[in-house]
Amino acid sequence: MKKLLLGDEAIALGAINAGLSGVYAYPGTPSTEITEFIQGNALAKQRGVRSRWCTNEKTAMEGALGMSYAGKRALVCMKHVGMNVCADAFVNAGVTGVNGGLVVVAADDPSMHSSQNEQDSRFYGKFAMIPIIEPSTQQEAYDMMPYAFELSERMKLPVLLRIVTRLAHSRAAVEVGEAIEQNALNPDNERSHWVLLPGNARRQYASLIEKQPQLASSSEDSAFNKLQLSAKKGLGVIACGIAYNYVCEVMPSEISLLKVSQYPLPADKIKALAENSDSLLIVEDGQPFVEEQVKGLLGAGYDIKGRLTGDLPRTGELTPDCVAAAFGSECPQAFPPAIHLAGRPPQLCKGCGHRDVYTALNQVAAEYPEARIFGDIGCYTLGALPPYQAIDSCVDMGASITMAKGAADAGVFPAIAIIGDSTFTHSGMTGLLDAVNDKANITVVISDNLTTAMTGGQDSAGTHKFEAICLALGVEREHLHVVVPLPKNMEEITRIIREEINYNGVSVIIPQRECIQTLRRHARQKNAEKKQAE
Amino acid sequence: MKTDIILCGVGGQGILSIATIIGEAAMNENLYIKQAEVHGMSQRGGDVQSNLRLSSDPINSDLIAKGSADVIISMEPMEALRYLPYLSKNGWIITSSEPFVNIPNYPELSDIKADLAKLPNVIMVDIEQLAKDNNVPRSANVILLGAAQKALGIEYEKLEEAIRNVFGRKGEAVVDANIKALALGREAQR
Repeated sequence: MKKLLLGDEAIALGAINAGLSGVYAYPGTPSTEITEFIQGNALAKQRGVRSRWCTNEKTAMEGALGMSYAGKRALVCMKHVGMNVCADAFVNAGVTGVNGGLVVVAADDPSMHSSQNEQDSRFYGKFAMIPIIEPSTQQEAYDMMPYAFELSERMKLPVLLRIVTRLAHSRAAVEVGEAIEQNALNPDNERSHWVLLPGNARRQYASLIEKQPQLASSSEDSAFNKLQLSAKKGLGVIACGIAYNYVCEVMPSEISLLKVSQYPLPADKIKALAENSDSLLIVEDGQPFVEEQVKGLLGAGYDIKGRLTGDLPRTGELTPDCVAAAFGSECPQAFPPAIHLAGRPPQLCKGCGHRDVYTALNQVAAEYPEARIFGDIGCYTLGALPPYQAIDSCVDMGASITMAKGAADAGVFPAIAIIGDSTFTHSGMTGLLDAVNDKANITVVISDNLTTAMTGGQDSAGTHKFEAICLALGVEREHLHVVVPLPKNMEEITRIIREEINYNGVSVIIPQRECIQTLRRHARQKNAEKKQAE
Repeated sequence: MKTDIILCGVGGQGILSIATIIGEAAMNENLYIKQAEVHGMSQRGGDVQSNLRLSSDPINSDLIAKGSADVIISMEPMEALRYLPYLSKNGWIITSSEPFVNIPNYPELSDIKADLAKLPNVIMVDIEQLAKDNNVPRSANVILLGAAQKALGIEYEKLEEAIRNVFGRKGEAVVDANIKALALGREAQR
């Protein structure tokens, strides 16, 4: 049976059909749709597959590890920078090993369509010394799910599945099959595997090292790493994951080609390719992960072309155009670019509560020329753009509060942080505790729209709990305010901001109003339910 | 056969719905399909686009190469011009004529229209007005699809069938409105 599925959806359905018992994830473009598919899938619901959004990627990774410990199959999903958040659990899961199959999906974002960088998650897999799989097509993404879970259970290691935006958010017809049963409850009794005191950890680590040849031979024998040698000895190509599609699209025929979709790299296949070629072109989406390793494998004398040599652009995602250029051909353009064009960046929706927050903040900040507003990640990051141009920084999840504290420690006044509700529970609470404990002179604005909006309106972990959380962390009652961000409340809100800036200590202001997108969606759902009931 | 289509416009204009209808029709004709789009930012008034590829042979790249798009279907005139480097020599642009001005530096509409007029194969339709005049205010995007049908090379009846499949669960009224919109679009491009 064929279904038209996004790469994300193919992964989700593949996991469900491979007997998944739980998906643990935090929303992050381009991975969000994996968990949403599982949440909406009838079979997953029927089977009680756990799928509630986690507070951050670390809790997600650990939750999945717990399910794996108990013998069942678990999936973790995140965008590439989410790997940075779960790295502690991720790397140490390679040392403990797994029980039930554990697959970690990292959805990278070359060209940073909606991210702060284009870090390549394959490095994380290598760092943790676990198998990595990198599908090229939506069909492969589906097919590789049962394979990944089996590989994980056979090697007793987590498996990293790496995709990029152009596969995650691209649809194609996928041939799907039937679902298998979930694993039975079967907790691991081997404490020496799971209690990483140095004595155990050294043994476990030695065992991880000992497993590496098995990982290598699995890659060597993998049907997903395909070598096609040409009769002619010329340029040889290594194409990784989605890059294989671009190469097939533009490549002149009769070129030796190695498709790589499983790591560690298949060294023997690479050497065979190298012997049959006089130079190699490495085509990969992301950073020169394979290119660097192949240089090490073949030595300084061998001619290797790729992102490091300028044959492919060093930054940005692959396109059929740049891959064609690497082969020395060019896709002919019929028309020059238009001149009467303007950029159309995303904006805060009309009626968004963040707009009122920024209006108030800007009004007060104008009275303090030395004010700095440290921003964070969410829809409200758009406050950096016109007409608000309100924020001075935005670095990573939760950095608003902690950078404001550090800047205040150095003497910046006033130091203001603006953070969203989901980002606050993700990694702002710990920073707020630092600020309270050190009596930092900062004003924290938690702009609460009761959702995780930028990624499409998912549930936010701390909804209705923020006042209690802030009080519990030690914020003084008199310096904690909840307001409703509407034009009619401007006077009240600006007065409170001004008062709290002038308080020498931690202040928290919570402008709270539901995101208009989720508000509309809930209203539509209510109407549809009403109509059905009638 | 192969048809490479770029769909574009501003977030919220219903571009992805058109892509879904075309994809559904193509699936029923047993064509190979790849449709790439960018999510997340698309609710927020920014420019959005989808690369939709149809072929009787297996498709490799999810993205369309420069100079090879057979059709650009655009809900907004300036957005159509953004993808000019992707248009093939004999390719068609089917675009709405009504600008969506949500940025301070939007170019002069007369310049945009002049640029479009210079191109060999352009169909411009005032889909918003047609939608209003014919009481299908939320189906302007499907009017555009109707205007693009010939350039797409998909049978009209297949698109109608796809509309029924895609919108069926939203009720008869919605299906009828979109069938009507498709016909309006076809009429407009004559």
